Amino acid sequence: MEPRDVFLHVRGEAVFVDDALLPAEHLFAAIRTSHVAHGHVRSLDIAPAMAVPGIYEVFTARDIPGENQVGKTILDEPLLAESEVHFVGQPLAIVVGESAEAARRAARAIQVEIDPLPAIYDVRQAFAEGSLIAPPRTFSSGDVESAWEQCSVVVSGTVESGSQEHVYMETQSAFALPTDRGGVKVVSATQSPSMVQLVVARILGLPMHEVEVEVPRLGGGFGGKEDQATHWAAMAALAAWRLKKPVKLVLTRHEDMTMTGKRHPYLSDYKLGLDAEGHMLAYEVTFYQNGGAVADLSPAILERSLFHATNAYAIPHVKAVGISCRTHLPPNTAFRGFGGPQALFVLECAIFKAAEALGVEPREIQKRNLLQDGDAFPYGARVERCRQRRCWDVAEQKYNLQAGLKEVRQYNGRNAWRKKGLALMPICFGISFTSTFLNQAGAFVNVYVDGSVGISTSAVEMGQGVNAKIQEVAARIFSIRPERIKLETTSTSRIANMPPTAASTGADLNGHATRLACLDIVERLKDAAARCLGKNAPHEIEIRDEAVYASGEATELTWEKLVNLAYFDRVSLCAQAHCATPDIFFDRDTNKGNPFAYYAYGTALVEASLDCLRGTCSIDAVRVVHDFGRSLHPLVDLGQMEGGIVQGVGWMLLEEVMHDADGRLLTDTLATYKIPDIHSIPGEIQVHFLEDAENPPGIFQSKTVGEPPFLYGIGAYFALLQAMKAFRPDAHIPFSSPMTPEKVLLALYPGDRPV
Amino acid sequence: MEDSPRPAAFILNRDDVSTSWPAERMLLDFLRQERRLTGTKEGCREGECGACTVLLGKLEGESLRYRPVNSCLLPMGEVAGAHVVTIEGLNGEGLTPVQQALVDAGAVQCGFCTPGIVVALTGYFVNADRWEAQEAVSSLDGNLCRCTGYLSMKRAVSSLCSALQPPWKNSRDVSPAMEARLEGLVQCGLLPGYFLDIPRRLTLLREQGEHVLPFDPRESTPVAGGTDFFLQHRADDGRPKLFFLSSREDLRGIHIHDGVCRIGAATTVEEMVRSEVLAAILPHVKEHLGLFGTTAIRARATVGGNLVNASPAADVAIILLALGATVGLAEGKKRRQVALKDFFKGYKLLDKAPDEWVEWVQFPLPSRNAAFHFEKVSRRPRGDVAGVNSAILLEVDGGVIRHAHLSVGGVAPVPFYLAETVKFLEGSELTLEVVSEAAAVAQGEISPISDVRGSADYKRLLLRQLVLAHFLTLYPSLAGKGCLHGAP
Repeated sequence: MEPRDVFLHVRGEAVFVDDALLPAEHLFAAIRTSHVAHGHVRSLDIAPAMAVPGIYEVFTARDIPGENQVGKTILDEPLLAESEVHFVGQPLAIVVGESAEAARRAARAIQVEIDPLPAIYDVRQAFAEGSLIAPPRTFSSGDVESAWEQCSVVVSGTVESGSQEHVYMETQSAFALPTDRGGVKVVSATQSPSMVQLVVARILGLPMHEVEVEVPRLGGGFGGKEDQATHWAAMAALAAWRLKKPVKLVLTRHEDMTMTGKRHPYLSDYKLGLDAEGHMLAYEVTFYQNGGAVADLSPAILERSLFHATNAYAIPHVKAVGISCRTHLPPNTAFRGFGGPQALFVLECAIFKAAEALGVEPREIQKRNLLQDGDAFPYGARVERCRQRRCWDVAEQKYNLQAGLKEVRQYNGRNAWRKKGLALMPICFGISFTSTFLNQAGAFVNVYVDGSVGISTSAVEMGQGVNAKIQEVAARIFSIRPERIKLETTSTSRIANMPPTAASTGADLNGHATRLACLDIVERLKDAAARCLGKNAPHEIEIRDEAVYASGEATELTWEKLVNLAYFDRVSLCAQAHCATPDIFFDRDTNKGNPFAYYAYGTALVEASLDCLRGTCSIDAVRVVHDFGRSLHPLVDLGQMEGGIVQGVGWMLLEEVMHDADGRLLTDTLATYKIPDIHSIPGEIQVHFLEDAENPPGIFQSKTVGEPPFLYGIGAYFALLQAMKAFRPDAHIPFSSPMTPEKVLLALYPGDRPV
Repeated sequence: MEDSPRPAAFILNRDDVSTSWPAERMLLDFLRQERRLTGTKEGCREGECGACTVLLGKLEGESLRYRPVNSCLLPMGEVAGAHVVTIEGLNGEGLTPVQQALVDAGAVQCGFCTPGIVVALTGYFVNADRWEAQEAVSSLDGNLCRCTGYLSMKRAVSSLCSALQPPWKNSRDVSPAMEARLEGLVQCGLLPGYFLDIPRRLTLLREQGEHVLPFDPRESTPVAGGTDFFLQHRADDGRPKLFFLSSREDLRGIHIHDGVCRIGAATTVEEMVRSEVLAAILPHVKEHLGLFGTTAIRARATVGGNLVNASPAADVAIILLALGATVGLAEGKKRRQVALKDFFKGYKLLDKAPDEWVEWVQFPLPSRNAAFHFEKVSRRPRGDVAGVNSAILLEVDGGVIRHAHLSVGGVAPVPFYLAETVKFLEGSELTLEVVSEAAAVAQGEISPISDVRGSADYKRLLLRQLVLAHFLTLYPSLAGKGCLHGAP
C-alpha cells in the first residue's frame, strides 16, 4: 500500500465503491435469483415487485439492448437468465428502487415459477454424462506407460480438495452514471476494468469508448473480482443507462456468497511410480475440475493445474489430464493460486502414500526429487536459475530440521493425548498469465510543473501493495522522494486494453511499464538540462536525490527547477509506455512452450499440534525460506507471505463450502463459513528472504509474490497427518481437504461409532 | 405510549444528535446513510466480521463505560443517551498511537477491515486497567481480516503494549474512574481531547432523558442483546415493535443470597466473564465463556437472551444446565419458577407463555468438593457455534460420585440435560470404566442430526470424547487407571 493510502485507511477515510458520494436522486438495485439449480423458467411475474412502494423499474433479459452475454473465451453465460436456469443464485431480474431495502423487498416479491430439470453436482457424473466445459487437455512428457515397469513402487488413489469462498471483506459492488453522450461511466470493484468495459459495451450495444470504467481500490480480491465483478457492474450499468439515473448495486454478504463462484473443488486420480531409492519416475494424474454451470475462467485455471502438476519436482515420465466438468453449481472462478494449489496437493498426497509404501519419510522423497538447472518441465520449458534446492537446504539448516524432528519425537513419546507432526512443503510457481497475450500492460506518467507526479497504470490496488511498488519504481527512476508521486485510480479512459490485475503479474507488468515511461521523461529532462547548462551532453546529466548533476558536479538545478525549466522549454512531461513480457510462448496444440517469465521457489517447515482426545488441531509454526528475488518492498512482501500462508492453511484445515442435495449453499453466511480469525492462525510464521537472489526478468531484480505463499498452506495438511499417524499409526486417513476436526476425529477412531 | 416515537438523543463522536430514525433500525445504516460516516464498513451484517465496530459509551450509575459493539446489530433504540464513537471520532490531526502502530507494522493491506480494528483496539486501551499484548490481541477476536493473516496486527499490538504505559500505572488507583482514565488516554494521544467533556455531556443528556416506559409484552417484543434475534428479523422485513431490556437496570447483575447465585436476565456475557462473584464460584468461567462469540458479541449478548433464543448449542444454557439452574418467569404481577432442564420443550419451544418473560436465572452454589468443567469443540476454536459442547458438575466423595449434572449441546433439538447419564453416574465409583459406560448411556439419550456443524456420527463420537475429556481434565489421574475405550 502506498503510504498515503495507508494513512487514509487507518482513519477510515479511504473511499471504497460503496462509500462514494453519489449525485442526488441516485437509485439502488437488487437482484432476484433462481432458487432452483436447473430448470425451465415457466413464468416470471414482476407485477408484485412493481407494486412495492419506491420501486422504479424491474429489468429482465428482455430489457438488454445489446447481447445478453458476459462470457469471456467461451460465450456461455447470460447476464440474466432467459428460459433456463443453471444454478441456485443465478440472476433473473434486476429491481431498481429508491432504497436498497425497498429494492430487496421487491426482488423477493417477484413471482418465479421454474420446472426443475435433473441437476448434476458431482464431477464423475458430469464426466460420465459428457457434461464438459471444454474438451479434456493432456500434458505429457516421456512415456508413462512403459515407465511403470521400471518402478519398484507404484501407488495410486484419489484425492479430493474442497472449495473455498473468497471472503474479500468488501462485497461485490458497483455504481453507474449515465453520460450526456448516451454512454455510461461505471465505478466498479473489479480486478478487470477492461473486461467490465467490454462486457458493459456488449450488453448495452455501445462502442467501448462510450463506457468508462474506473476502479478506486478494492477491499480485497484474491481472484474473486477477476471475472465475477463484471456482472454487478453490468447490471448497474444497464439500470443506469435505461433509467438515466445513477444506480448503485452492492451485494450483501449473503447474496455475494450465494451468487458468486469460489475456488474449484477437484477430484483427482493419481498414480505415482518410484524406484527403490525414491526417485519419482512416472506420474499420471487426472484432474476432474468442478467448473460449475458456466465456463468463466475454468479452462485457464485447469491449464495452470496441468502446468503445476509436478510442482517442484523433476519427474521424467508424466501424463497429466485435465477435465473441466460442467455442473449445476455457481461458476467457480479464480482464487489465489489459480488451479496450482489443487495440483500441488494431489502430488503431495501421492508422495505421502509412496513414502508409506517405501517405508521412508515423505521429506526424503521430496528432497531427492527437487528441481535443478537442466531439468525440464513436462511442457518442455527448461529449468533455469533454479533455487529449489537452495531454498530447501537453507530451510533445513536455518530452522534446524533435525533438532525439530527430534523434539517432535520426544514430545510424542511424552504425551499420550497430544501429538505433533512436522512436514516440509517445497513450492514452485510460474509467474505470468498462461494466456500469453495477457502479459502486457500500460503506464501513463504525468509530471506536473510543480514537480509532482501522477501515475496511471493497468494495476488495480486491492491490498497487495502494487501501488507502493510502482511508486518505488518511479521514485527510483526519477530519483525523487516517493511523496511526490501519486498513484491514480485505475481507469479505462487513461489506459486502454488492460489485463486483469491477476496471476501475480501486477507489480512486474505495471512496474516495467512505469519504468519505461519514467525513463522516457528522464531522457527528455536530461536533454533540457543539457541545453540549459550549455556545457554538457545529455548523457553527462544525472538526477540524483532531487538534485541535478553534470559530469558528477552539482548544478544549481533541482528536480523542481528542472521540471519547470523543461516546461518553459516546451518539453513534454507526459509519457505513456507499454510492457510486454519477452520470450514467452505456448503452443496449445502441442502443449509445449515456455509460458512463464520466471518461477517463484521456496520451502516451508510446518509444525502441527493435535489434541487426540477432541480431534482439534493447531498449527504451531510455519517457517519459510522464500525466493523473493531482490525484494522491492520487504514489508509488502512479508505481508503477502503471511496473508497467503494463513489463507492456504484455512483452505486445508478450516474452510468448508457445503451444499444441500438440491445445490443450495448451506454455508451461506460468515456464521457457518468460517475463515481464520486472530486466534486460529499459526502460532508463529517466520519468513527468511533467500539471499543473493537476483531475478533479471523481474522489476529491479525482484520476484513478485502474490500467489505463491498460498501454496505453503498445503504443508499444514501433511503436518497434521504426521501428528495423526503418531497417535494412530494404522489410521486410514482419506486424502480429502479440508481436514476438519470432524474428519480428524472420525479417522482417529475408525469404525468406532458409539451407538 | 406515543404514536410517533420521540427523537433519540445521543452523542455521535463530537456532535449532539437527535434523530427520529425508527428505534428498530440499525446504527450502521444511520451512520453510513444518514450521517455519511463511511469509515464504519458493512462486511457481513451479522456480527461476524467486525468491520462495523464502534464504541458505545454509556453511563452506568456514576461511571462511564465504553464497549466495542457491532453497529450492524445495534438498533437505534439502544443508542439513546449514549456516546457513539466511530473511527471518525478517534481521528485527530495526525495518527493516534494505535493507527501509527498498525501503519508501522504493515498491518494494513486492502484496508476494509482496518477502521474496525482501530476502533476495537482503541476500545481495549480505553477499558483495560493494565495493557497486555495477549489481552489486546484477544480484543480483536471479532475482527476478521482476509489479507494480512493477522501476524502484522499482532506485531503492532506488541509494539504498542511495550511502548505505552497506562498513565494511571503509578497512581494508587489501579482502576481509576472513567473521568480520570479519559484524562490519561487523551494525554497519551489514544483519544482526542473532546472526550474529556463527554461525562458531563452524558450526565446532562440523562437528566433531560425520558423515563423508562413500562413494558407491555402485548404491544412489543422484548429484546436484550439481539445478537441472534436481529439476524432472524432483517431490517427490510418489517420488524415487530421492540422493547429494549437493556434499559432495565433491575434485570442486570449477579448476586449471591442464601446459597443461591442469581443472574439477572439482562446481564451480558461480558459481565459474567468479568464478574468476581461468579469467578469465586466457577474459577474457570472466564476461560469457558471466552469461547462464547466475540468480544463485541459478549458485550451485547445476555443470559436471558441465550436461554430464550434456545439454540440447541447455546453455551450459556449448557453451562447453566450443569449448574442445576432455575429460571424465574414473570407475567404482569405473576411470578413462577421452572427448572432450566424443563424450560426447553422442543426445538425453539419453551415452557413460557407468549406474554411471559424471563427475569432471572439462578443456581445453588456448588458444594466445596464439587468440580465443574465445560468443553466445546467447534470448527473454528473461537467465535463459532459448537459442534458439540458439554458441561459437567461432579461431587465425588471417597471415590464415589455423590452428585452430578451433565449437559450437552448440539445433539438434540434443545440444550440437553443428560438425565439418564446423571442417574447412572450418581452413586457409581469414579473409574474409567464407569466413565466409558456413562458415555455409552449418553448415546442412548441424544438424537443428533447431520448439518453444517457436523454429521450425526461425528457428533455422537464427539460427545463420547467430551465426556472423557471432562473426567480426564477434572481427574487427570484417571488416565493411568485403565484402558480407554477407543484409544489405540
